[in-house]
Amino acid sequence: MAGETVLWLHAVTRGLDPRQLAGLIGVGGRPVRTVEAAGLVAVVSPVDLGEFGEEPLRRNLEDLAWLEVVARAHHDVVDAVGRAGPVVPTRLATVYRDDARIGTVLADRRADFSAVLDRVTDRTEWGVKVYAAPAPPRPAAAPAPDTTGPGAAYLRRRREQLSAEHQTQQAAVDDAQEVHAALSRCAEAVRRHPPQDRRLTGQAATMLLNGAYLVGTEHSQQFGATVAALSGRYRTIRLELTGPWPPYSFSTVEFSTVEDFGVVEHRDPPR
Amino acid sequence: MTSGPPPAATAPVVLDQVALVDLLDRVLATGVVITGEVTLSIADVDLVHISLRALLSSVGTITNGPPGGDAESP
Repeated sequence: MAGETVLWLHAVTRGLDPRQLAGLIGVGGRPVRTVEAAGLVAVVSPVDLGEFGEEPLRRNLEDLAWLEVVARAHHDVVDAVGRAGPVVPTRLATVYRDDARIGTVLADRRADFSAVLDRVTDRTEWGVKVYAAPAPPRPAAAPAPDTTGPGAAYLRRRREQLSAEHQTQQAAVDDAQEVHAALSRCAEAVRRHPPQDRRLTGQAATMLLNGAYLVGTEHSQQFGATVAALSGRYRTIRLELTGPWPPYSFSTVEFSTVEDFGVVEHRDPPR
Repeated sequence: MTSGPPPAATAPVVLDQVALVDLLDRVLATGVVITGEVTLSIADVDLVHISLRALLSSVGTITNGPPGGDAESP
């Protein structure tokens, strides 16, 4: 079916030489190209309305296999644009009818796009996830003198055991918070994503932190060293670093600036 | 421009292919939100994600925003 095509918007950038996108393929399997307006460059690719129109898209987004292919294709384009210059990624499934509509969006939102481009220029995103470490085997407590019978002794031991587990969990949560505060001091901006579901991570351990950190490109090495140092410091938690990412987590207004982290350092309850 | 990634040696744990779950955290829950004229309005995106949440609970927070907020700034 020779269906109608529309334009998938991958990202917005500026100062991009279109030759830097040579060979790049978009989510619909067609080459990406640029639409320029208002001093900005939109990176787009044609997609079939039959697959990416409102109804089919709603259905396809429920299909994890389809979603994975599309998400990776979108990411590959965003990542390539980010290697060429500052990039504002768009959320998955932003589609316009034609170049003229995209030009209008660039013009109407020029100030917003420019502000985000300024914010992410020469910066990159790193992800750090913190998991609770598996609890070490606990030595059996010496049996206390039994003056009240086996039932009471069992209940007392059980209470002690639960209390110890609670303390271990609380220590891990506190340590994850310390890690976040330490990493925040190395970052221009930070954002906490919700912890990921265990069914998706495949990890038995509980995720305590799913942080994103916007770091100056020239400080990336230092950030990695800080993660490594923090990894060795705590027995209660385990760290995992991902990245560098295009600045996905910092293309919205809903993130904290580093100034907010006075709160963490003063150890107020996390929001 | 100079916003490319640092050399691989500076990244202690960089995987060859990004984990899907990490990618979905980012491409579904973040990024500039603009209302596409052909497909999903923001409210519709929220509906889609509500049903995805059964499978992908990690992206659930995006439904916390006000529905129909098509003027969200980047």
